[in-house]
Amino acid sequence: MVKVVFVLAYLILAPLLGGLLDGIDRIISARMQRRKGPGILQPFYDLGKLFSKEMIAVNNVQLLLNLSYLVILMIAGAMLFAGADLLMVLFILSTADMFLIMAASSDSSPYANMGASREMLQMMAYEPLTLLIAVGFYLTTGSFQVSDIIREDVSAVLWMPGLLIGFMFTAAIKFRKSPFDLSTSHHAHQEMVKGLTTEMSGTTLAIMNIAEYYEMVLLLGIFCLFFVNSTWWSWIVAVVVCMVIFFAETLWDNVSARVKWKTLLYSCWIVTLVAGGVNILILMLDK
Amino acid sequence: MNKVSKSPWLLHYDASSCNGCDIEVLDCLTPRYDIERFGIINTGDPFQADILLITGGVNSQTESVVKQIYSQMPEPKVVVAVGICACTGGVFKECYNIKGGIDTVIPVDVYVPGCAARPESIIDGVVKALKILDAKQASMAGDGR
Amino acid sequence: MIPLLIGIPAVLAVLFQFVRNEKARGYIVYAGAGIIMLTTVIFIADWIMGGARTLMLYQSTELIDHLMTAGDIFLMCLIIYLSIKYGKVLPIILTILQTALVLYTEFTAEVIEGPHMMVDWLTILMCIIIAFIGGFICIYTVGYMKGYHSHHKEVKDRQPFFFSMLFLFLAAMFGLVLSQNLVWIYFFWEITSVISFLMIGYTRTDEAVNNSFCALWMNLLGGLGFAVAIALMAQMHGSLQLLQVVNTGALLPLMCLSLAGLTKSAQLPFSTWLLGAMVAPTPSSALLHSATMVKAGVYLLIRISPALEGNLVGIIVSSIGGLTFIMASMMAIAQNDAKKVLAFSTISNLGLIVGCTGIGVEETVWAAIFLMIFHAVSKSMLFQSVGATENTLGSRDIEDMHGLIITVPRLAYIMGIGIAGMYLAPFGMLISKWVALKAFVDSGNVILVLFIAYGSATTMFYWTKWLAKLLCFHIPRDTVNDVTRRDEYVSMFFHAATMLLLCLMLPLVAVWMVNPIVRELFGNSTDVLSMSVLTTMAIMLVSIFIVPAVMFFISRRSHREIVPIYMNGINEGDNRFFMNSYGKKEHLYLSNWYLRFEFGRRHLRIPSIIMAAAVLVIGFCLVIGGVSW
Repeated sequence: MVKVVFVLAYLILAPLLGGLLDGIDRIISARMQRRKGPGILQPFYDLGKLFSKEMIAVNNVQLLLNLSYLVILMIAGAMLFAGADLLMVLFILSTADMFLIMAASSDSSPYANMGASREMLQMMAYEPLTLLIAVGFYLTTGSFQVSDIIREDVSAVLWMPGLLIGFMFTAAIKFRKSPFDLSTSHHAHQEMVKGLTTEMSGTTLAIMNIAEYYEMVLLLGIFCLFFVNSTWWSWIVAVVVCMVIFFAETLWDNVSARVKWKTLLYSCWIVTLVAGGVNILILMLDK
Repeated sequence: MNKVSKSPWLLHYDASSCNGCDIEVLDCLTPRYDIERFGIINTGDPFQADILLITGGVNSQTESVVKQIYSQMPEPKVVVAVGICACTGGVFKECYNIKGGIDTVIPVDVYVPGCAARPESIIDGVVKALKILDAKQASMAGDGR
Repeated sequence: MIPLLIGIPAVLAVLFQFVRNEKARGYIVYAGAGIIMLTTVIFIADWIMGGARTLMLYQSTELIDHLMTAGDIFLMCLIIYLSIKYGKVLPIILTILQTALVLYTEFTAEVIEGPHMMVDWLTILMCIIIAFIGGFICIYTVGYMKGYHSHHKEVKDRQPFFFSMLFLFLAAMFGLVLSQNLVWIYFFWEITSVISFLMIGYTRTDEAVNNSFCALWMNLLGGLGFAVAIALMAQMHGSLQLLQVVNTGALLPLMCLSLAGLTKSAQLPFSTWLLGAMVAPTPSSALLHSATMVKAGVYLLIRISPALEGNLVGIIVSSIGGLTFIMASMMAIAQNDAKKVLAFSTISNLGLIVGCTGIGVEETVWAAIFLMIFHAVSKSMLFQSVGATENTLGSRDIEDMHGLIITVPRLAYIMGIGIAGMYLAPFGMLISKWVALKAFVDSGNVILVLFIAYGSATTMFYWTKWLAKLLCFHIPRDTVNDVTRRDEYVSMFFHAATMLLLCLMLPLVAVWMVNPIVRELFGNSTDVLSMSVLTTMAIMLVSIFIVPAVMFFISRRSHREIVPIYMNGINEGDNRFFMNSYGKKEHLYLSNWYLRFEFGRRHLRIPSIIMAAAVLVIGFCLVIGGVSW
């Protein structure tokens, strides 16, 4: 019963929460740049506008692939919040991403293709760490099941601080934050136009944005997993820490410039190896 | 229904400008003028833009580009001609390669004169364009689209 | 039944030498493949009716033993003859050494007579793979070779020989998986090595000859390992049973057999031969190098894997497998030749399987068998579709497959299913990876966990960029005529259907096929995957198919205005051309990323070979030195 509530809550609230977070992010960014910035509800105005626009497209499959991306992401998130297998959630997450890449490259357009290629590279960069996180949870709690992980007596983060740091590092890719926003970016006007989303307009883009909100909440959910344990107050701690992490990502976004792909790949892999690999090694020796 | 004027994304195109007006357009994004507070985003992608902001007059090379970019923008959309060259051709009007203002190629909704146009007037022009945008959206909805 | 299984393809192989008429040959291939499949089905049905018990057969077989000895000597003479003809020394030395060793052992050592053949679930699985995938590849070959020879006029048409070899190969594979006596396995093992050598050299170009000799000496080195294992088992334990090797768990014979398995499955220090083998016509790549022959190496390793748990040999095998998995997948990124990518991915996937067998616990072997099944189906499908594409487009460069979904949609769909089967959730490869990862963690091997984490990331990269290339909606410059023949489509559709069925039936495959194998190998079997996980998988699978289908209908209903793609407003006419800075029309060309300077073969090949060779040599030294673990 609780599971059903959680899943429904995720499916209904995730886009709202994601939109709000996006709005907050834009205000914080603006304040960091001494601007006033848009209202907190701006993302929802954007979505509303996008849905009301005329449908134009460059081919007939992009909308289909984008919708698939959204739905499969929803499935991945629903599985996480239903307490299912974490590793499976991560695998499905990358399958969802595959649909986004397909949507972008189906246009055969230079900018979208460039974005798609970079997105693949980003996947290659963050993938090892996500797998290691699942392994870390398995070593700490003896199960890949999210429902088991949250029933532990102590928070997993005590055993896997390295993985948390690594995840914070690579999550910038998934949040599409500078310095790792190679494939597409929330910021305006750049060398690859809008990258991945260049050929997406109106409804198609709105679907992509909603999917991003689902993904954002899913990732924050994984961050929560690090902190949640059997006590009730750990949930509050988790939410607070998630907010702090989200603020840190925004700060990082504003103080850093975009890196080259090599720097992205190597830095992510090295952080994965050092923070994640060592953490896993210690866990294996200790447990 | 959500008003499109709450989230107008604009696309800036330099048809043949001397860059004076372009600098002023970018000025609008800076903390001093901060057009993002109106929800405006400078996208650079016609597929996602609602307002086409053009500086400079149209010459023989940019004519087809302006047309194509305009065709790639989804309805409802408005065009703002920024600077006197974009409005009428300006001092370059008599040049061999200049066709004249933007309205010689595509329909222009708002004219923002000036050489260069000041950020304040650009913002004023964009805000005017928003009203036209809303009207277009309403008529689109009226068409049953 | 067993003599029929081996005999029918062998007889057919001889028959092809006398059939010169192309049409008649086509019919015989169809009939032959059909008979082989039918025989296999009857054989399996018979065995299951008989209670599906492990059968030990043929206690004393003196005549056949002598025939095999003669066969060994004939193979040796053939290798020596061809090596002298082409001026190679290494194969001569290796073949003489190993044949002498085996003959000496056979005539001097006193061994207890035991069963020579065995039928159990693993054998049955291998028979199914050989009969069905192999059979359909033969059918595919009928159409493919016609297209091949109309494309490559410079290559001499030796099709009768080619078909002979295909069927002889199937016979040898049947023999190999059914045998239980080491000498018998060795005999069939050598036949497969020699056939692969002959098939790689089919075109008789310099490159083909060199590559075929490379394949020959590497496989012979493995054969030497096998021969040493036979000699050791005979001398030390007085037995020539494969089961005995597992039961005694003596390290040195295990190490030698592992060496044989590693060379056959193209693991790292020896992976060069599989890449070189890509010069051969596609059916041989598909049959030999993806679906069956490399599986022979893996098959042997799975057989001995219960003995590898937690000892030095197991550690060596699993580290080499893991290293191969990640290195080959990295090198695959830098390839734009489709067959090379397939070759690297074969090596890499086999590396994962080998890694699993090296750990040697129930879970990993479970994963290894699953990986093997899925890999056989999807890789043979991919090889076939690449071959057909090559005949159609005149190129097997992945760059040229841009927009294949528009030009040759059927091939693009088949290729797409194959690729998806190789790495996407929730297809079978991924579930195996899931189990493998869990088992690696349980076994406490942190290096392997890291290998699999990084390796799956790189694997994802090279498959995704290929898949993305296929799905580009790009109107081609000139229309392409699909010259793929019906024979080829028959085979490819069969494979695609099998792939999808396998995914849908995943829980059933696990319960009916894989669990019994694990139970036989380990005596008992706990359910590796709980039913709930399997059901989740099935639900996932359905949703992966249903979601896009439903979305297709939803998205079709919406009205859309089709506009040109964004190229800064300078598209010329349509999406294919743009205006360059000289004001001229230029054709748009989009390339994938190959990261040649980071993941190129020239950077990674030598270091990885050195690393793997070092592990192997050190392992041998430690085992010979008698270090116990």
